[in-house]
Amino acid sequence: MIELKVNGQARKFDGDANMPLLWYLRDELDLTGAKFGCGAGLCGACTVHQNGEAIRSCVTPLQAVAGKDITTIEGLSATGSHPCQIAWEKHHVSQCGYCQTGQIMQAAALLKKTAKPTDAQIDEAMNGNICRCGTYTRVHAAIKTAAGLR
Amino acid sequence: MKIDYGTSLPAPETRSEIARLSRQAYAEHPDQSAEVEVRNLDRRDFLGTVFSAGAFVLTANVAMRQADAAVSWQPSVYLGFEPNGQVVIVAHRSEMGTGSRTSLPMVVADELDADWKTVRVEQALGDKKYGSQNTDGSCSVRDFVHAMHQAGATARLMLERAAAQKWGVPAGECAMQLGKVVHTKTKRTASPGELVSIAATLPVPSKNELRFKTPDQYRYIGKDVPILDEHAIATGKAVFGMDAKRPGMLYATVVRPPVYEGKVKSFDNSEALKVKGVSQTVELPPFKQPHLFQQLGGVAVLANSTYAAIEGRKKLKVEWDNKAEHASFNSAAYKQELFDSVHKPGKVVRNRGDFEASFAKAAKKIEADYYVPMLSHAPMEPPVAVAEWKNGKLETWCPTQNPQAVQDAVAAAMNIKPEDVICHVTLLGGGFGRKSKPDYVVEAALLAKAAGKPVKVVWTREDDIKFDYYHSVAAMHMKGGMDAGGKLESWLFRSAFPPIASTFAPGAQHGADFEIGMGLNEILFDIPHLRSENCPAKNHVRQGWLRAVTHLFHGFAIHSFLDEAARANNSNYVDYFLRHLGPDRQVDLTKDGVKPWNNGQPVETFPMDTGRLRRVLEQAAEKSGYAKYKNSSTRAIGIAAHRSFLSYVATAVEIEIDKAGNLTIPNVWTVADVGQIVSPDRVRSQFEGAAVFGTSLAMMGEITADAGRITQANFNNYPVARMKESPRKIDVTIVNSKAPHAGVGEPGAPVLAPAITAAIFAATGKRIRELPIKRTKLV
Repeated sequence: MIELKVNGQARKFDGDANMPLLWYLRDELDLTGAKFGCGAGLCGACTVHQNGEAIRSCVTPLQAVAGKDITTIEGLSATGSHPCQIAWEKHHVSQCGYCQTGQIMQAAALLKKTAKPTDAQIDEAMNGNICRCGTYTRVHAAIKTAAGLR
Repeated sequence: MKIDYGTSLPAPETRSEIARLSRQAYAEHPDQSAEVEVRNLDRRDFLGTVFSAGAFVLTANVAMRQADAAVSWQPSVYLGFEPNGQVVIVAHRSEMGTGSRTSLPMVVADELDADWKTVRVEQALGDKKYGSQNTDGSCSVRDFVHAMHQAGATARLMLERAAAQKWGVPAGECAMQLGKVVHTKTKRTASPGELVSIAATLPVPSKNELRFKTPDQYRYIGKDVPILDEHAIATGKAVFGMDAKRPGMLYATVVRPPVYEGKVKSFDNSEALKVKGVSQTVELPPFKQPHLFQQLGGVAVLANSTYAAIEGRKKLKVEWDNKAEHASFNSAAYKQELFDSVHKPGKVVRNRGDFEASFAKAAKKIEADYYVPMLSHAPMEPPVAVAEWKNGKLETWCPTQNPQAVQDAVAAAMNIKPEDVICHVTLLGGGFGRKSKPDYVVEAALLAKAAGKPVKVVWTREDDIKFDYYHSVAAMHMKGGMDAGGKLESWLFRSAFPPIASTFAPGAQHGADFEIGMGLNEILFDIPHLRSENCPAKNHVRQGWLRAVTHLFHGFAIHSFLDEAARANNSNYVDYFLRHLGPDRQVDLTKDGVKPWNNGQPVETFPMDTGRLRRVLEQAAEKSGYAKYKNSSTRAIGIAAHRSFLSYVATAVEIEIDKAGNLTIPNVWTVADVGQIVSPDRVRSQFEGAAVFGTSLAMMGEITADAGRITQANFNNYPVARMKESPRKIDVTIVNSKAPHAGVGEPGAPVLAPAITAAIFAATGKRIRELPIKRTKLV
């Protein structure tokens, strides 16, 4: 039996403890904001927070999150009031939008740790998140807006 | 268990059949100037639940000019008013990131003078009544903007007339204003909800009675209106295909034949069935040629979770029966085959003057070979589909660029009628051409029937990269002959690539009209002796269109060669380009024996206008400071201009190369003349995205095969551009143009590779003729 918190709510899971967190969130809890992109921790579409830090849920087995606090995009702010979400809409970042929840979660984790990131810090933090539509310049700009840097 | 295969479409035997099928699949785009008819529609015409009974509904029809189109008059857009007054606009094109799901309804709303905040946009089911829903070829706005204007203007006039009747005043005193009809004299108002019952009884006005808004009256067109799904995306609530779910649904993964045309010889599922959660395996039959959009065959594992389906598949043992001709496919050897092909004369697809005679007496000659490898689409959302089989009908929820192709492909595989396939289109997590081929939906459909339960087929990233419809590998051979003054007098352009035509005609070795028409026979320079040839190449994988299609490699070769010729004459690309472009004119390909493909559009409406090409190049050169730029070994600029998808695009790229040879891109300047536009910010964003897409394929995109199997599997060995590798700044200028709406999604991509390699040459003296650039050490 694995116990964890998801978006503040206590959860118990007694299935295969090797199952990646992503499939638990998506298939069992119907929290589909975290996306499946690569299954190998290479693209960042599945990014969620574990105790406030960004992790790749597609390569994080449930046994590794026992006792942890998991936050998904649905828990970041359901109304879109997080500064990153507001900035994302202000800059009209999204094209297809599939990777953007992962981008926002990654950016939110960055700003939690580094409130005023430099350009290089933004690049470093976001380089693991692929956007095939190519929204990177706007992702970068939105993070600066969210950080109050522009 | 085995399941019935169903019928396959007959093999196309003639070239015109290939043309017809490829046009249907890739480029079935009605004429820009098509007649539009609007009529009042019976509620019973509606399949879905978009409108309630009693809604007043208008439909605009767009005539299909193609003589062979299945239906001659097809509705393209629906606009309705619910009795409560709500305006409902149907988005019949798929949303994959271009914004057309927002832009087209916005046009209706503007012409209607509706209040956008109160408009409800509903995504259409797949249905031929809408006309083409095939969201590809950069044509959604181009092909449907006029139908949208007319639908909106018609509804506005009918509501105004209904109000006039209600109030007993002249119709000329009634005007729709931001969602309400106002009686201009008394200022009383009526909402559409109060007028619906009268409006529905009125005759539909003819087109010449309509008053269209003038551009200064537009509320939404030309303004930066956010896409409909922006907030849902930012809060994780947007529903993509990957997010679709049905009660009692099973999850499936499929082991597919690793070699093209391979078949299951035998399989052992005993270990797979032991995996907790796995319920059954299903053998899927191989396809019959032509493969079209059939599924590939193989063995599926069905389970109660995605995880169990993935784990179960790992335990499945399958023996394959492979064809030797494909099982020996090796990209290194094939590259040599392609170059052998282009070093011999091919099929002449354009001929002006006498290349051989002119080249023989040239004062200076240059020759070059170019190579662009196979590419995979790799949309962030891999292929995925949910299907449910009930009462002889197949219902699917899927991210597709072409819901009618879903209907046709599923119907053929299941021996049912296309209208018995109900296709719900979700948001697409990227498409780039991959999701107009619905093989993955066919898999879900067959499995849902076999399982007797709803089934969701999930493609892993490995599946996506190993079983794509690949962008063709291409080899190109160029020869140029110059006079004593360095002017190109003769140009030979040969291209060989396994054609997309092979999707429709097994064994086809020459490109379909659209593959030739994209760049190979469309050089716009004023060269007196010019010949283009298409040399044969055989496919060993499924080939498919990828954003900008053959323009990607043809554009790379044309503009690299021009840059080479310029440098050979101590000139630069811009000066040399303008010198050879000749006076502003409309190029007439028919003089060179070419029936212009021109994206299926008449050259009268969309001429090949060298003046527009000149202006975007001049403007991009100006914006980037190209002429005065001080190139050095660590910092340089390159530029290219190309017409594609009826649009004119020039892009300048500034590169930096560090001591270790790492290349970064601080700046990109793009100038695009795409004709009139609807959503400026979405047009800009498409060109920003295309700069990244073009950078990605130029720098690192490469799919290879060995022993018939695709070598790459995930983003570790099929890298795509990340933030650090992408342009740091992208400056997009959209030319204020009165020309007809042209393509936006694709034409930004082809110019990146030649601009980057030109910059690399300017910095290092290294001429990169083979992509991806990462294969060459820059320092």
